[in-house]
Amino acid sequence: MNNVRKQKRANKSLPFFFKDEFKVSFIIVFISIILLISTFSFDIVPPILNRGIQPATFPKALLILIISLTLIIYYLSIKNPWKIGKKLPKSFFLTLLSFLIFVIISKTLDFFLAISVLSIFVSYNWGEKRIFYLFLVGIIFPILVFIFFETILGLRFPPGIITNLYYY
Amino acid sequence: MLTPLFSSKLLIVLLFGTLFGLILGVLPGLGPTTGGALILPFTMTLDPLSAIVLLTSIYCAGTYGGAITAVLINTPGTPAAAATCLDGYPLAQKGEAGRALGMATVSSTVGGIFSVIILVFFAPLLAKLAYEFGQPEYFALAIFGLTMLSSIGEGSPIKNLVAGAFGILISTIGKDFMTSIDRFTYGINELSVGIGFIPVVVGLFAISEMLTQSTLLDQVFKRVALKAVKLPTKDDYKKTWKTILRSSGIGSFIGVLPAEGGTVASLIGYSEAKRFSKNPEEFGKGSIEGIAGAEAANNAATGGAMVPTLALGIPGSATTAVILTGLIIHGVRPGPDLFREQPDFLYGIFGAMLIANVLFFIFGFFGAKVFARITLVPNKILWPMIFAVSVCGTYSLSQSIIDVWIMLFFGVLGFFMRRFGFSVVPVIIGLILGELVEGTLRQSLVIFDGNWLMFLTRPIALTFFILSLIALAFPLLRSKKQKK
Repeated sequence: MNNVRKQKRANKSLPFFFKDEFKVSFIIVFISIILLISTFSFDIVPPILNRGIQPATFPKALLILIISLTLIIYYLSIKNPWKIGKKLPKSFFLTLLSFLIFVIISKTLDFFLAISVLSIFVSYNWGEKRIFYLFLVGIIFPILVFIFFETILGLRFPPGIITNLYYY
Repeated sequence: MLTPLFSSKLLIVLLFGTLFGLILGVLPGLGPTTGGALILPFTMTLDPLSAIVLLTSIYCAGTYGGAITAVLINTPGTPAAAATCLDGYPLAQKGEAGRALGMATVSSTVGGIFSVIILVFFAPLLAKLAYEFGQPEYFALAIFGLTMLSSIGEGSPIKNLVAGAFGILISTIGKDFMTSIDRFTYGINELSVGIGFIPVVVGLFAISEMLTQSTLLDQVFKRVALKAVKLPTKDDYKKTWKTILRSSGIGSFIGVLPAEGGTVASLIGYSEAKRFSKNPEEFGKGSIEGIAGAEAANNAATGGAMVPTLALGIPGSATTAVILTGLIIHGVRPGPDLFREQPDFLYGIFGAMLIANVLFFIFGFFGAKVFARITLVPNKILWPMIFAVSVCGTYSLSQSIIDVWIMLFFGVLGFFMRRFGFSVVPVIIGLILGELVEGTLRQSLVIFDGNWLMFLTRPIALTFFILSLIALAFPLLRSKKQKK
């Protein structure tokens, strides 16, 4: 309880644009406005083909609703500030980085190599230092998953330096 | 109705689904929604009935499985088991873990079976009523379902509505289904077909949970030892039978309401158990009635949630949204016609849910100790494996790498949504209802020649709009009452 009070007090002392409430609301409203502007570039259907409303009308209404509700959320947060979550640890950012590495490797080298690299990277950074377990999560398990999806679901995975060895 | 018992294939599917559901329910962070989404690609190898039986058995057993970890490690395996922690863990700390789990198992089974009976009788009635529904009524019903999001229990009501609207917005990405005009595609061909349900669900539930787990590496669970699950004594039954029946009714009713699910049901079941109890001061300190109230309600919500899912095609909870997707993938269109054209299929599902409730009673009673040991698998081993299955499962449905990236995007988004108090469940419900909302609105406007006021001339639609207003006002009234 004391910690929550302390956190709320700390949050109150910050300028408004540094507070989570403002940052989150600003991001939602900003993105919604960009999307709203983009709806004006949607093609317009001639009246004879138009069924009820134009294709852009419904998304426009939704975006206006999101913006309005977000402004209400921000207004309410001035009276009742949000609880601030704990500072994110290094392991979170490393996991996030592993997703980026996964995207790069799966795009340029190989889908399964990307899964292996991510599994070993995440497992290691989360504290697993034993070689056998790293081998298990990074090599054995992805191979089992590959064989399972390949044989049971008859799935063809995207080509890559390792996957090609299996297919050709 | 007991078809599954007479087919060895269906029985094996049921056994596997129940076991898998229990494992998912026991593991904190996973649950029937994520598990159902992950297993959906595998159901493609099954016939439609087996596929839905698998998903529903996962749903029933997964909802119960959450109680095992709630009692033994004070961490709900599923959000629906959160209320079970309040009394389950204190009772376990007193050396009565077996008694607590015994009561959780019995009340879950009674609640589950009660709700299947409700499903059997109520779903066909609702389906008959749905014959009266035209496009305006379906639109009003979908709006009612969306407004119910404001009171789903997690997050603030307005934040839930924003998340729901965001879910609908995602459903508008791609070619407009009426005019084939591209919306929010920005020249990316892959987006023309829209955003799939599975990448979003797996991202919002599994991947965002993986990121959450990455912030909890220093968390240590205090585990309470369990010798064996004990059946409740005569005295316990005397104390709790009214609570179990009341919570079963509450859970079934809340489950029937669109978008509500086990989490809300268990919270209300628990608070009503406390209100009616002769010993309310025992609640929070290991009350057996508290466990019975929460567990009967959350399992009763499973059958209840299947009522609107099957009769109207409106999901009663996040997991039934996955089951609805499973039905659609297998070419089964839920709604009143399903009851007229494929009654055998429906009775197969009802029977499977009934048997799943009996099976998880047996597995829970004899195997809770073993299932509890699953939580000993360290996160540093478990989550990379879940990631591998998530990626392959997501890729497999459309064989598109873009889907995998969409899954990762929603994983990161889901993490930040939860961090800032936005529930991810409304996004899923919004996404699945999006096409229905827009489609019925536009078709209604064609019928009404563009006159919006004509909605108010339709009695059923008007009723749903009034109910929507009540649903929106309910959280406001509740918070005012709590302040008083």
